[in-house]
Amino acid sequence: MDDIIQMTQKGLYCTEGDFYIDPWQPVKKAVITHAHADHARWGSQSYLCACEGKNILRARLGNHAAIETLNYGELKRVNGVVLSLHPAGHILGSAQVRIERFGQVVVVSGDYKTAPDPTCTPLEPLRCHVFITESTFGLPIFHWPDTEDVFSDINAWWRRNQEEGRTSILFAYALGKAQRIIAGLDANIGPILTHGAIENFNPCYRNAGVNLPPTLHVGKVEDKQDLTKALVIAPPSADNPNWMRKFPNRARAFASGWMRIRGNRRRRSVDRGFVISDHSDWDGLVQTISATAAEKIGVTHGYAAEMARWLRGKGYQAEVISSDLREEKANTGGAATS
Amino acid sequence: MKAFADLYRQLDETTSTNRKIDAMVNYFQTVPPEDAIWSVRFLIGRKPRQVVPTRKLMEWASELAGVPDWLFEASYDVVGDLAETITLLLPKPTGSSTRPFHRWVEKHLLPLRGADLDVQKKVVCAAWSQMDDGQRFVWNKLITGGFRVGVSQRLVVRALSRYSAIDAATISHRLMGEWAPTADYYEQILSQDTQDADISRPYPFYLCYPLVGDPESLGPVDDWQIEWKWDGIRGQVIKRDGQVFIWSRGEELVTDKYPELKQAAVSLPDGTVIDGEILPWGKDRPLPFSELQRRIGRKTVGKKLLLDVPVVLLAYDLLEAEGRDIRSISFERRRAALSELLAPLSDNRIRISPAVLGKTWQHLVTLQRESRSRGVEGFMLKRCDSMYEVGRRRGNWWKWKIDPLTVDAVMIYAQRGHGRRAGLYTDYTFAVRQGDSLVPFAKAYSGLSDAEIRQVDRFVQRNTLERFGPVRAVSPQLVFEIAFDGIQKSKRHKSGIAVRFPRIARWRQDKTAEEADTIEALKALVPNLQ
Repeated sequence: MDDIIQMTQKGLYCTEGDFYIDPWQPVKKAVITHAHADHARWGSQSYLCACEGKNILRARLGNHAAIETLNYGELKRVNGVVLSLHPAGHILGSAQVRIERFGQVVVVSGDYKTAPDPTCTPLEPLRCHVFITESTFGLPIFHWPDTEDVFSDINAWWRRNQEEGRTSILFAYALGKAQRIIAGLDANIGPILTHGAIENFNPCYRNAGVNLPPTLHVGKVEDKQDLTKALVIAPPSADNPNWMRKFPNRARAFASGWMRIRGNRRRRSVDRGFVISDHSDWDGLVQTISATAAEKIGVTHGYAAEMARWLRGKGYQAEVISSDLREEKANTGGAATS
Repeated sequence: MKAFADLYRQLDETTSTNRKIDAMVNYFQTVPPEDAIWSVRFLIGRKPRQVVPTRKLMEWASELAGVPDWLFEASYDVVGDLAETITLLLPKPTGSSTRPFHRWVEKHLLPLRGADLDVQKKVVCAAWSQMDDGQRFVWNKLITGGFRVGVSQRLVVRALSRYSAIDAATISHRLMGEWAPTADYYEQILSQDTQDADISRPYPFYLCYPLVGDPESLGPVDDWQIEWKWDGIRGQVIKRDGQVFIWSRGEELVTDKYPELKQAAVSLPDGTVIDGEILPWGKDRPLPFSELQRRIGRKTVGKKLLLDVPVVLLAYDLLEAEGRDIRSISFERRRAALSELLAPLSDNRIRISPAVLGKTWQHLVTLQRESRSRGVEGFMLKRCDSMYEVGRRRGNWWKWKIDPLTVDAVMIYAQRGHGRRAGLYTDYTFAVRQGDSLVPFAKAYSGLSDAEIRQVDRFVQRNTLERFGPVRAVSPQLVFEIAFDGIQKSKRHKSGIAVRFPRIARWRQDKTAEEADTIEALKALVPNLQ
């Protein structure tokens, strides 16, 4: 890709600094863009992440992991390169990795979004020579509706379910999306219940000063209690009759960028699909890439081939950075970080 | 348009029958009749045919979206639905419109047919610019001829019935045949007055479910009349006021496609409606269904085809006699009346579907084995005292089909599915072995569970050998048991055979490609009819 950074068997590697970014195998030094499972993996000797994300990474990796942190924007010299982390707006503590060597700047975006999100620091546009971007939703069919509209739809759906005597069950990825949704709910409507996988991360957010309305772990609810006024947030894996038997009358919805496509909605046979993503939509990707003023673009994740081809058509030097472990994520509807 | 698009969304979002009915009733309560009638028409499946060429729609949408052709194609491949792809790609609307639905249909949509391309473009782009996503999607579905939503005709009828308090059978009957989608007709559908006049109107067909399990569970065999299950087209022949009308089950008027039947029906008395099967007929048995397919697609048939593929009507029920609706008298009596009616007819192109006599169910099981050599699909079982019902019902009529034929075949091509399966590789081509190579013989879509589909999808992504547009050639490794109802020689297929209704019976994960069946084994299944 470049003389500062290369793709290797273990992931993106900076030779001069001798560190990997989001490696998928254990390494000596791992720089982590954010704490989603497919980016923050166990077993490396040391980890570096943004301060804002430390608690979550700790929750993900356990007490024994050696985690160092940097404030956003703080410079760290590592051998011959200067390393810094900058907000990516994806989830709490998510970072773009900026590496500078002799005036040449490479930025690895990690996952990022341009849409507003009160649960994390917003994306900081960076200028660089080489930009390695994600493209999970790198097709022009992906346009996100205004976040505010989506929340008023979710709240309206919740109210209507209450009127009909049904518990609202909203599936969302446990880390990041779930908290963003909790933050956007109108807690005056009724109680907000959470699945354990989500409740585990909530303290990390509250401790970081993110304002979340009160939530209650479903496990703490009495069995026979009337839950038809509640909204339950659960990870997609909880969508099975066994877990949901506490809520005999229920309406199910899924919150994900994939819900933009009707086929995905229908395949999950949920009552509603709310289009809300922690990734950038097409316009967000294009604007962010253009704001970097980079000439060389590496594209990874999702529709990388299409995004790279489109960028080449616009005069960029763009190529797909393939990561052998990540198979084509075409529209699985259940992608980990949706 | 907005109200109809909202209705569409509500119907699309739920799988609950009651919620669907609620949504429709609510809709009928709020829209004017001239809008409601168009909605009813589209909801029961009478969608307009494609009015604008697909290529052009893609071109205009790409242009508005500022997206190159290849990117449109790539998006289409992911979305799996043209109308939706366009909806998702278009820029935000520049305005909105309160034009009522019937105006959209009558003044904008229908005139598109046959209009010049630049006129079409203007109308379509103007429509897009005034609609939100939901409306655009429905509009696109209508102009691409692909309008469908998850309600059956029966459900629409139930909603209309609840809305109007007219009984469902009456409404169902009024929706049959040809009618103009006007406010007047809507009033007529919902009117208390049951003096309906249209002489061409057929009755709703009575349909049945397949029998699963033991026929002994049906009680004494004497309570049932058994007929062969013919593999043709269900049809209704009407003779009223000296005129003949032949309807297919798809409620298409097909009188002119079957002139020999029309001629034969002329000698029926006025006020007669017969239900039966239109079949291509050889000397003493039906010709393969594929022969009939040569006639189905044509509006009129030439002399040669009439000679090559003559058709008969095997009549099995009488719904109207002497102008009277007799659907509620017993099947036994209707059948006797039918027999009496047809006996004096000199033209044997309309003939009664013979009863199969079996003393016991066991005896019938034995007889059923003759099905394939007789060119039939098994038996129809009809309770002797049953009335002629509306739509698909359990209990009094059953189809008792013979077990399908099966072979083990190798998946060699895969393509992404549409609709609910958009984006996943769900459409497969299967091959059997021929020496050291593989020869494709069938495509199949259905039969796997969602979990299996996801597994196969992953396999396809990891084992693609080559891509031809949307089609991927995959490494021939996976073996599936393919079931089908019939098999014939075919000159049009590379394999030399054609199978009817192929589907996936199960995934043979225990078998390797080397263990799949051969083309010889497949050909050995072709019945030797001649």
